[in-house]
Amino acid sequence: MTAQLTRDRPALPRVPALAVLEYHLVGYRRTWRAGAFSSFLLPTLTVLGFGVGVGAYIDQGVGGVSYLEWIAGGLLASTALQVAISESTWPVFGNLQWQKIYLGQRSSPLRVADILAGHLSFVLFRVLTAVIAFLLVTGVLGALRSPWAVLAVPVAALLALAVAAPTFAYAASVDSDSWLAMLFRFAVIPMTLFAGVFFPVESLPLALRWLAYVTPLWHAVDLCRAAVLGVAPQWSVIGHLCYLAAWAAGGWLLARRVFARRLVV
Amino acid sequence: MTTGRPLIQARGLVKRFGDFTAVDGIDVEVSAGEAFGFLGPNGAGKSSTMRMVGCTSPPSGGELHILGMDPVRDGPAIRARLGVCPQLDNLDPELTVRENLTTYARYFGIPRRVARARAAELLDFVQLGDRADSKVEPLSGGMKRRLTIARALVNEPDIVLLDEPTTGLDPQARHLVWERLFRLKQQGVTLVLTTHYMDEAEQLCDRLVVMDGGRIVAEGSPRALIEQHATREVVELRFAAESQETFAGKLDALGERVEVLPDRVLVYVSDGDAAVAEVAALGLRPTNVLVRRSSLEDVFLHLTGRTLVD
Repeated sequence: MTAQLTRDRPALPRVPALAVLEYHLVGYRRTWRAGAFSSFLLPTLTVLGFGVGVGAYIDQGVGGVSYLEWIAGGLLASTALQVAISESTWPVFGNLQWQKIYLGQRSSPLRVADILAGHLSFVLFRVLTAVIAFLLVTGVLGALRSPWAVLAVPVAALLALAVAAPTFAYAASVDSDSWLAMLFRFAVIPMTLFAGVFFPVESLPLALRWLAYVTPLWHAVDLCRAAVLGVAPQWSVIGHLCYLAAWAAGGWLLARRVFARRLVV
Repeated sequence: MTTGRPLIQARGLVKRFGDFTAVDGIDVEVSAGEAFGFLGPNGAGKSSTMRMVGCTSPPSGGELHILGMDPVRDGPAIRARLGVCPQLDNLDPELTVRENLTTYARYFGIPRRVARARAAELLDFVQLGDRADSKVEPLSGGMKRRLTIARALVNEPDIVLLDEPTTGLDPQARHLVWERLFRLKQQGVTLVLTTHYMDEAEQLCDRLVVMDGGRIVAEGSPRALIEQHATREVVELRFAAESQETFAGKLDALGERVEVLPDRVLVYVSDGDAAVAEVAALGLRPTNVLVRRSSLEDVFLHLTGRTLVD
């Protein structure tokens, strides 16, 4: 508060995005109990409902493994998708349009990329905690066939970036939050239903099958399922990873452009 | 600053949004320790100017140097030394009062321990010490404003930018904000503020520019502007008649200048009481008579033919 003009002051934060992540974590500290609860409850219910419930009607299993084991990897990927997109829609829209949090951050030394990277890392944090909770629950239920299942965690992280980054761009560019509900209706739900989470993509007609291959979710499902079952994925691992990375990189560039347009006026 | 170089230096500064020119070539210099104001009605270009000075909006033309640096190239370095209090509060309503300051301090690389200490000190300064652990949501407008001002001080800035610091506050809350800002000014903090309240400008500003339509129409200290563009006193007359215009012609001889507003007639004179006596001598019977000192409002009216707040 004193007005001496020459003094040593701390320069900028060493990694500015970490200061932004810290802000989001401080806010999360208030709600983490509800978040953690649903992180455990949601996967338990889905695994029980689909794996055990629906699985009871599928005597022959899928490709030689029980339905519960077959579906665990897919559900893990779709959990990551749900959390990633939920955390990148209303929270981003609200920070831009309602509370104007991003504008406040813009007045500090943070650059647009720092604001974006900090919030994206928080989404990543949310997905990681949800996925780890999911692995614990499915592990306890005996749905994990292989210790390779831990590799599903980095895959889920990559999927999170692949879908969160373009969703940031989308949420920052729309003018009304009803567009966000549309994203769930026309992208998230169809993707979850048809990208191989609940049944093999091969049971779809060829044209629909290609739509499934285009979604980032299917690539993560194939990898996560392979990890949980301890088998090789249907496609090349490198191919899957590159495809997801391409979504993440493209989404990042797009989001940075939209954020700049919104925050540098 | 030992060099004596102005902290803010703008020459021919322009901001365009498409075809619309919000700021149309202004020259401004602000020195260390000054309290400098942009006075003007809504849409005068004040906020656009503030955003350019705050390095969140690149100029469309002209020159701008803040703390001797280029706002486009050195944005983060400049913003590290600015404190910004925006027109609309953008606090986080979910966080506590204290957390709003400590999380913001981290954006400036301030260590957590220092941030906590500084937050405590600043909350005392803005008289919110007892609310440190309450959420922001239930605070009154005046309290939120004071918290935003505290947040703008968290990095011990060289310049504090305040965009309409008391717009929307009730009179009591405004006075509390003014009093705190005045304290900052006494401590030698450089203040740059925009306002469309002439009393705010008169109370806080050492020097100000009057803006209208993106241009600067006058510059000086509040006192000098009043002396230059208005008389010592003003007589405000209200007439019961359907139009105030009816009387305007008869009043011309009374003072240096007469302004006819929709609801009243302003007569600019050096001696108000004498003028009131002359009005009576003319046989005019206004329903309401007020003699007051000239203010920046009168300066603005004279320069633009319009009132500040409509």
